[in-house]
Amino acid sequence: MYAFKYEKPWSLAAAAALLSESGDAKLLAGGQTLLPAMKLRLAGPSTIIDLSKVPGLSGVTREGDNLVIGALTKHVEVMNSAEVQKSIPALAHLVSVLGDPAVRNRGTIGGSLANNDPSADYPAAVLALNGTVHTNKRKIAADDFFKGLFETALAADEIIERVSFPVPEKAGYEKFRNPASRFALVGVFVAKTKDGVRVAVTGAGESGVFRVKEMEAALAKDWSPKAIEGVKVSASGIIADLHGTADYRAHLAGVIARRAVAKAG
Amino acid sequence: MPNVTVTVNGKSHTVDVAPETLLVELIREKLRLTGTHVGCDTSQCGACVVHVDGAAVKSCTMLAMSADGATVTTIEGLANGSTLHPMQEAFREHHGLQCGFCTPGMIMTAVDIVNRKGGNLDEHTIRDELEGNICRCTGYHNIVKAVGAGARAMAGGGKSAQAAE
Repeated sequence: MYAFKYEKPWSLAAAAALLSESGDAKLLAGGQTLLPAMKLRLAGPSTIIDLSKVPGLSGVTREGDNLVIGALTKHVEVMNSAEVQKSIPALAHLVSVLGDPAVRNRGTIGGSLANNDPSADYPAAVLALNGTVHTNKRKIAADDFFKGLFETALAADEIIERVSFPVPEKAGYEKFRNPASRFALVGVFVAKTKDGVRVAVTGAGESGVFRVKEMEAALAKDWSPKAIEGVKVSASGIIADLHGTADYRAHLAGVIARRAVAKAG
Repeated sequence: MPNVTVTVNGKSHTVDVAPETLLVELIREKLRLTGTHVGCDTSQCGACVVHVDGAAVKSCTMLAMSADGATVTTIEGLANGSTLHPMQEAFREHHGLQCGFCTPGMIMTAVDIVNRKGGNLDEHTIRDELEGNICRCTGYHNIVKAVGAGARAMAGGGKSAQAAE
């Protein structure tokens, strides 16, 4: 790991100021992706800003028709939250199959979203549930947040504070894991809300998480696995590597989407 | 150099560390507690699992600075003098190790499973919960048996010779 300066601010304003001052500082939430990247020297920030002492960034609340999760809320807390299990059980399930127990004890929702790994689970939930990312500057709709491979709409000095999810009528998440790394080879989150149906695929897109509009239209008419049997996911823009061809992943996305719908009930 | 104060196995230490020091480096190189191992160094194998404020974490994927003020338990903190912890005893009795490299992490994870889920663990739960711990010798069968037996022993306060399967 390259040497860096370590800061542990006690307020969001102080964290934001530190982030503005340093051109290539990185925020440290749970560190379950950032620290491995730094050890591999894929990342070499000059400053690490540890958010663990910044108050008000953690916890789950229900606010009207929205479930709100603080950016520093650990995966294990989301998984075990009675409120999450009641409001969006598919989200609790997603977190229960994310990483492993020790990783879930440290990793956070904000860290996962800010990193936007193409195989991360949370982006599928945020996109399918039409969530909103609240930062220290603004609110960003899911459709505007994910910009590509490890890219988000976050500005260099912007900090995620919390994420809100409209509580859906139905939702399901299914993932097919790479048997070695356990990352999602394909993960599909489906959600039916009063504003319509959304289907988000993670693990497969060269530009990260994406929606499948044809499936959304078919499911809006008929919410059943059968309704999307004929919908093909295009292999264009799908990841191809030693773990699977683009055709394989595209086909798998269809299979996993049907399972996600079945799971949502 | 900044310093960090941690309580490890009941003893408080204040140590100067470079910011890039990992918790596992603090434990092994500064405190000389070498029971915690570094296997993959990429957060996958679990040989470095310790408990931080009661929760299992991979100590190769946490900065020492982030542990400031925390209470840490390592494999050295489990036994009571010369009496092994029930989970350690179960691993010995059920041959839950061959080379032993992964064992400290396996045992720390196993104790964490029992702390969270109690002493009555079925095989599926054990295998599922051991997802973040990799063993390249045993094929896991005896580890799973050991965790089941150790869990019952922890819950019952005594030792159990029953296999998990």
